[in-house]
Amino acid sequence: MKLYHITNNNAQAVAIADIPVVEYVELYNDLKERMKDSRYHVAHYFATEIDCGLKFYLIILDDATGEVLITSFIPDYYAEGLASLTALHAQFHPFEREMHELYGIPFDSHPWLKPLRFPHDRRDRESTMESYPFYTIDGDELHEVNVGPIHAGIIEPGAFRFICDGEQVLHLEIALGYQHRGVEGEMLRNDNRLRHSLLAESTAGDTAVGHATAYAELTEKLANADIGDDLKRERMIAIELERIAMHLADTGALAADIGFQLYQVACEALRTVVINTTQAWCGNRFGKSLIRPMGTNRPLTEEKIALIRKNIADVRRRYNEVREDILEAPTLLARFEQCGLVPKSEMTRIGGVGQAARASGLMRDIRATHPSGFYAGELKHEPILKHEGDVMSRLATRMDEVLQSADYIESTLAAYKPTGNIPAPNYDAKLQGDALALSLIEGWRGEICHVALTDSEGRIAKYKIKDPSVHNWLGLAIAVRSEGISDFPINNKSFNLSYCGHDL
Amino acid sequence: MLIKLLNTLLMIVVALTITGVINRTRAVLAGRKGIRFFQHIYNVQLQLRKGAVYSTTTTTLFRIAPCVYLGAAIVAFLFIPIADLEPLLSFHGDIILVAYLLALARVAIVLAAMDTGSSFEGMGAAREALYGALVEPALMMAMATLALFCGYSSFADIFSTAQELDMNLTVVLLLVAYVFVVILFIEAGRVPVDDPRTHLELTMIHEVMCLDYSGVDMAMIHIAGWLKNAIFAVIAANAVSVAISFHWQFTVPLAILGAGLSIGIVESLRARNKLSRNTTFILTIVAMSALVLLTGFLLIQNIEI
Repeated sequence: MKLYHITNNNAQAVAIADIPVVEYVELYNDLKERMKDSRYHVAHYFATEIDCGLKFYLIILDDATGEVLITSFIPDYYAEGLASLTALHAQFHPFEREMHELYGIPFDSHPWLKPLRFPHDRRDRESTMESYPFYTIDGDELHEVNVGPIHAGIIEPGAFRFICDGEQVLHLEIALGYQHRGVEGEMLRNDNRLRHSLLAESTAGDTAVGHATAYAELTEKLANADIGDDLKRERMIAIELERIAMHLADTGALAADIGFQLYQVACEALRTVVINTTQAWCGNRFGKSLIRPMGTNRPLTEEKIALIRKNIADVRRRYNEVREDILEAPTLLARFEQCGLVPKSEMTRIGGVGQAARASGLMRDIRATHPSGFYAGELKHEPILKHEGDVMSRLATRMDEVLQSADYIESTLAAYKPTGNIPAPNYDAKLQGDALALSLIEGWRGEICHVALTDSEGRIAKYKIKDPSVHNWLGLAIAVRSEGISDFPINNKSFNLSYCGHDL
Repeated sequence: MLIKLLNTLLMIVVALTITGVINRTRAVLAGRKGIRFFQHIYNVQLQLRKGAVYSTTTTTLFRIAPCVYLGAAIVAFLFIPIADLEPLLSFHGDIILVAYLLALARVAIVLAAMDTGSSFEGMGAAREALYGALVEPALMMAMATLALFCGYSSFADIFSTAQELDMNLTVVLLLVAYVFVVILFIEAGRVPVDDPRTHLELTMIHEVMCLDYSGVDMAMIHIAGWLKNAIFAVIAANAVSVAISFHWQFTVPLAILGAGLSIGIVESLRARNKLSRNTTFILTIVAMSALVLLTGFLLIQNIEI
């Protein structure tokens, strides 16, 4: 029996009828072996309500072939829970926790069915953030330090509970959910796709372009629309601009956290140039309003291309100087090297994605493995890999990606003559009914995955968003184990994960 | 008497301006215009006009700590001469008193931090106590070196007789000055040991102990900080002056610019130490002051090495 429907990130939406409905036992036995191979990782796993209970959808990515494996199952309504996949492969943990929280599904022998984000529609209203029992370790020598949810800096809320032996961290538990706004539910409130685009842009403020592109591509797949090379190219430019801006910001923030003023101010100044360039293009420094389904209101013009090329060339040159200095700054290297190690094996185990995974030597880059849009066309992306898995290699990945992205922008724009043929956005196209569509985008932080299910009339019936942070938060908890507690901030910054992207 | 008052007045000038020089140096090196030179004084003025908020878990200990902290700093401050001037207070053995007044200030603030029951402040207090204990030998040995040269144990006498010293001792005096500048970095909670600008509670040392203070109490802690800076800056400048030019007209600018520029430049151009490396950093200074003391002793004894 066929276990999976196989598709890829460039294909159109999949009719729900084409997705096999399998027995959980068979799926479980298959995944038990399959997920041992690091070429596979879970992209999404969620349940949706149907007439006779719940239907589960599982999406697995195969990095070696670029295939997307989709399957589904409907457990017996009277079954007493499901055997936990997390117990075998830790990377399933956020998804099983979410389903447990929303629907009360007991996952047998799941190591820890901790609530994921305390959504408004959770099953157990008695379980609140205030009453959440943090993990504890007994011992007179140990002490607990709680940081947050309100922090001293201007950052988002999230609670960190450390168990320390003196200055050394034994365990870090991260409690999130304070930013929960109900984004996925809002997506279903009406059919206004402009509104959907705005919601997608606001999913995580620092990845506005990434999430908006994920939504736009998903809609286009459902509408079976071909958007043309020019629009794909402009979206690629926008995504890479966002990547450059955020990597610059993080370089500066890492320098600030170790009190290194010189690199901090240098990177802050450079980031301003980049986000102002985005503003000159679309009117918003974070690229909001730029990405819309099936077209754009802000096509590139000759003048804008000239401005972007000039600014990016300038930023690339200046940032490269900063980068070369950073690689030779002994006091900085003393802080970042061998700090916050996440070995490749751990990164694989937790299903890490994006820039943090690449810093640990794990090749996870949607642009290369599951390309869509312009990446599937002319541009052949070569992912940047580092192998140490420490704060320095996470920084080095960022630094190299800035230069790479700048080169992509330059080479692409140099060969680009805007024809003015890019259409205005179309919010009314008919969407395919009874279909599942997914889009995968490599945002600056990593793999963004949006999944939508449509009803028989082509309306969106279920919308699931996965920000890369969902995978990587556990990586941060692992990185700080046995580190000094005072090195937590630089580890946190080296991942720079999203709170609202996780909490939705 | 006039000379004593001039001395105190100049000390106050040093105390008030060092922070301004630091801020301006950092701003210039960051390519910025920077805040007003005396902005830190306006900030404290503002705090002095405000009331204080106290956590309900704290006791009287928490409330009197800033007074003890500031009081100890003021008294220690009055013992310090500027080059050829005389300090307001002076007696034989005041070196020891100054060292332990500073220790008293530290104990007061550490206890107050523990009193809040906050886990951050407990961590900060533990760090401060450790670094305080480690830096004390360096302070005592550097002072002992000065005392050794002159056979006196009060600051006023040391520096008034020190000008007749042999040229051989110049190098030792410059090293003493260096030791005091590094002690200033440590005591003032500056990079590379601590970072006063950070908002990260987990990495703070001095700042985290003051998290629960506000208004007047916070102002007192800031003022005491300025006074402590001035004490170490002026001692270091005195040691250099002995070797070069022993006049207050030389020493006062040296103290202000020496302390201000060195802190400002170091904070702009290097990263903080990893916290666990701070102990090594401080012990290096202790070792250096031991070496200074030994070298000084050998030179005084005219022993051929």
